[in-house]
Amino acid sequence: MSRGVETELPQARYSYGGDEFVFVELAEAMSLKVNFRAMAITNKLEEERIDGVMDICPSNASYMVRIDPDVLHPDDLISRLKEIDAEAGDIQGFELRTRVVDVPVMMEDPWTHETLMRFRDRHQDPETTDLEYSARINGYDSKEDFIAALLGSPWLVTMIGFVPGLPWCYQLVPPEEQVEVPKYVRPRTYTPERAFGFGGGFAVVYSVEGAGGYQLYGLAPAPVLDVKQELKDFQDSIVFPKPGDVFNYRGIEREEFDEIRGCVEDGTFEYRKKNFVFHPDRALHDPHAYNEEILGVLYGD
Amino acid sequence: MAIRVKSPGLLTTVQDTGRLGEYAIGMPPSGAMDVFSYQVGNYLVGNEEGAAGLEITYFGPELEFTEDAVVAVTGAQMPPKINGEEAPTWETLSVEAGDVLTFDYLQNGARSYLAVAGGIDVPVFMHSRSTYTLIGLGGHEGRALGEGDELALGEAGDRSDRVGMAVVEQQIPKYSKETELRVIIGLASYRLTEESMEEFLNTTWTVTPDADRVGYRYKGGELGFVEREQPAGAGADQANVVDFGYPVGSIQVPGGVEPIVLMNDAVTGGGYATIGTVISADRDKLAQTKTNDKTRFRSVDLEEALAAREQRRKQMAEIKEALS
Repeated sequence: MSRGVETELPQARYSYGGDEFVFVELAEAMSLKVNFRAMAITNKLEEERIDGVMDICPSNASYMVRIDPDVLHPDDLISRLKEIDAEAGDIQGFELRTRVVDVPVMMEDPWTHETLMRFRDRHQDPETTDLEYSARINGYDSKEDFIAALLGSPWLVTMIGFVPGLPWCYQLVPPEEQVEVPKYVRPRTYTPERAFGFGGGFAVVYSVEGAGGYQLYGLAPAPVLDVKQELKDFQDSIVFPKPGDVFNYRGIEREEFDEIRGCVEDGTFEYRKKNFVFHPDRALHDPHAYNEEILGVLYGD
Repeated sequence: MAIRVKSPGLLTTVQDTGRLGEYAIGMPPSGAMDVFSYQVGNYLVGNEEGAAGLEITYFGPELEFTEDAVVAVTGAQMPPKINGEEAPTWETLSVEAGDVLTFDYLQNGARSYLAVAGGIDVPVFMHSRSTYTLIGLGGHEGRALGEGDELALGEAGDRSDRVGMAVVEQQIPKYSKETELRVIIGLASYRLTEESMEEFLNTTWTVTPDADRVGYRYKGGELGFVEREQPAGAGADQANVVDFGYPVGSIQVPGGVEPIVLMNDAVTGGGYATIGTVISADRDKLAQTKTNDKTRFRSVDLEEALAAREQRRKQMAEIKEALS
């Protein structure tokens, strides 16, 4: 399993985002290890409740902190962040108290299909669909094999943003199994709400209708954003996903899609989810074995 | 009900200091783009800081008052008229029930602010009344004002003693068609070649028609990235990075042309290389620029940015003091 173990991370870059933000790029390249480090540091910072810290935003291979510089000097924050970074070390033994969640997705649904056909002129390969194109450039023999890979292993929510509630997800597989696709040549002006898309190394569920440049593969029946907070999963926040969540995208057919839509509309839908203590070192050491265990927690009794 | 919208103007929204502290869920702050003008309006009418007002963009609305009110217009020079009579800006005015407030053509700047004693009373959503139109929340029904809308005002009491108070001439900002914005270079600026960074700072950029509450796009130069083998997760284009957070005011250069400065309603993160950030004290000035105006970016260090912030804070405190 040595090829699954990632190399040491480079030196972090600390930078001012004007006078109100501190931006820290832990690495230029994405890896599970770097995201675990971003989460370890931002979780620790959260616990410290430092005066003048307004927003703590973990992201894929970096993180960002918004401050009130009248209360907290950016350099004082950076000094503390460097200490926390050193304490986080190589994240050995770091535990993440999180949730594992079943996220149904209908692949090749009629709505995203209609959308991707409408914007074919903005795509790298207008002659195929986004799934066929992505399967081919990632070396899969068929789109079915490609879909099986996407739905075959769970994903880590590594960042929330772009628009409220949109989760970036990175698959819990060794680096050589990671899928990578370009974004559209020119972004679409329309993407359906709840579209399941992929860009760079990340899967997303679009939380709202709007512009977008990710390849389109399917549609989720359940929302990730509920501004009216009508569904049970949204009682505490208008946004469902949290950084560190483990999402298992499960392929469904039209019948189940319609059934879930009905539950969303009558307000009875609730995600299937279990609390879970995630051990990053196990995910790095033997992801497939660990994933079996995670799915057992989610779908077992 | 106290204000009836007879015509909404080009883009008039309810704004306050913004929905701060929600960036981590992908919620941009929204709020008044030119905080200085918005806040001074509140000082003039004697409001608490943070009371909601109207942000009026490029072309003003026609508003009928259904009860007496104390108001002030600040920001861009878009001369207000009460029942057709021109009224001063940066000064506390009184309107009576039945009066109609209109605005003359924009003479300079881009955004005017209408403050009303008591504040615009729309429902608070996530501790702010600011409008965020992209997902339709906050403000008046989550959208820009439309014809026939009716707005209520908060409790104000009698503030008629404030009428005639004015901001002194030296404290009123002058808006010009040529603006210098101070930036702190950083974030992923290592992605630009040295020559391109020089060109970015030496070019006089022109504001394109893509200039709104989401961001300002500029043209006038072409910038190049340092060639690299793209890292895992970033995607193939040299302008792309592994998706990360975008500070408010950050500058990105998709495709090497047309830099974009992200503003109050922008996306909170994405995969384009960012090269620096406009300092907070200069976002007011940026918000008063418009299509075809010229903009230059000047690199400053953190100390200068913090000093500018402190100077702006002092100036606002002085104005507030003088009007209290």
